[in-house]
Amino acid sequence: MKKNFVPRIAGFLCKWCSYTGADLAGTSRLQYPTAIIPIKVMCSSRVDPVFLIRAFLKGADGVLIGGCHPGDCHYESGNYHTRRRFVILQSIFNSLNLETDRLRLSWISASEGPKFARVCNEFTEKIKKMGPNPTRKNIFL
Amino acid sequence: MSKMLKMVSDAEKSIVGFLKYLLDSGKVSGVLTLRQINESGSVDYGLVTRSSELDRAVPLMPVMPVNAAEILSNLTPSRKPLAVVVKPCELRGFIERIKREQGSLENLLVISQTCGGVVPMKVSVKSKNKTLTADYYKAVARGEIPDHIRPTCKACEYFVPMTADITVSMIGEAVSSCRIFLNSDKAVSMAEGFDVPAEDGELDVSITESHLVKRRNERSRLFKQIESEQKGLDDLLQVFGKCIGCHACSRVCPICYCTLCDFESRHFDQNVTLFEKELDQKGGLRLPPDTLFFHLGRMSHMSFSCVGCGQCTDVCPAEIDVSAQFMRTGEMTAARFNYVPGKDVSEEIPVMVFKEEEFQEIGE
Repeated sequence: MKKNFVPRIAGFLCKWCSYTGADLAGTSRLQYPTAIIPIKVMCSSRVDPVFLIRAFLKGADGVLIGGCHPGDCHYESGNYHTRRRFVILQSIFNSLNLETDRLRLSWISASEGPKFARVCNEFTEKIKKMGPNPTRKNIFL
Repeated sequence: MSKMLKMVSDAEKSIVGFLKYLLDSGKVSGVLTLRQINESGSVDYGLVTRSSELDRAVPLMPVMPVNAAEILSNLTPSRKPLAVVVKPCELRGFIERIKREQGSLENLLVISQTCGGVVPMKVSVKSKNKTLTADYYKAVARGEIPDHIRPTCKACEYFVPMTADITVSMIGEAVSSCRIFLNSDKAVSMAEGFDVPAEDGELDVSITESHLVKRRNERSRLFKQIESEQKGLDDLLQVFGKCIGCHACSRVCPICYCTLCDFESRHFDQNVTLFEKELDQKGGLRLPPDTLFFHLGRMSHMSFSCVGCGQCTDVCPAEIDVSAQFMRTGEMTAARFNYVPGKDVSEEIPVMVFKEEEFQEIGE
């Protein structure tokens, strides 16, 4: 593992809560790693598990989904579906002994700028310890 | 106490006789069943409306040219009463399709059996049907797992149909006799007027329970073997690396009904510009790409509904045991929701429902 390994983490953030929270972290000048690449989605339930698989196989060192807290979804129930889909994907990764720790689901509300920064810091640290995703080097996927 | 019919001849003759009665009496307008197509032994499903065509019927033959869930999906909703003879996993696959609004049980009389398993296509097309089935039926009558059936059949725990109107007892039943069990009011009224009167009778649970033990052992062995060989990405590539991307597995799967599969759509078209980025990073790229992506993606879409019929393994030209992988991953995934595919048509598939208070430990 190189000392200057900067992970590339895909972050699917829901517009109404998590993305706004991320914005708040930015305007509050909170420090968080550049590893996270934010991708705005209208709702966390827009994230098909296939997106996570695609990101993982294309070499993303980690994948983060940020959604509204359960009960607070802008579209009422989207995040409950997200939660179920995440469980399905976790289960698939576990059964095949792929690195489940590279996937993370987090509930971050629009006012939780500090939480967004904390989650990003924690997740990036964890990914740094795990090292680059082996899919980065494999050309036979 | 349920009702049963105790037939006088062997199972195949008895069932054909019963099906002919259903057609001749006008109780059903058509019968869906396996039929021998020609002398060389080809067997295929057929919808029969004239009882003379049932002369060639082989309803209980241990072959599955196509998973009947697909056929039932296309035949229903049926405006006319039909009798259909299908295997338990085909019925379960059909129940899963109904949950996805791809079929209906209305006007169907579903006849199934305690299933001893199905012979893989590569075996059934080579052997003469008579010896094949003679050995098979002897093993099933003794309550044993026959040798030459699909590996996933050997590991199947759901060999007693859960939602059939009529169950033909095959496992542990003497070859020369036949008992069929009428599980519903519809079954009882359909059987009224048949030569054989209905009497009280229940499926012998002790026989099915002891057979279940054998199947569970095999399932456990199969899954443990996969687990021991599945240590990560490289091992996954050992399994799926030889996939040629023909998508035959998806095509024959009873659950995969999408007219345009996500993985065949423009959605994931190959993009040369993106290739350039990947080549920059990796220095090489397999073409066509996305071998593993198809399988992992398909797992995320349907593995929790997998009924373990084994059609996918049967048709794979690269001889990958797709079915074992999907059965195992599917079972682990479905278990997290206490879900059993094909068990109850009113039990919604895990992605359609949720409970507000569940999985509190997921996400924080």
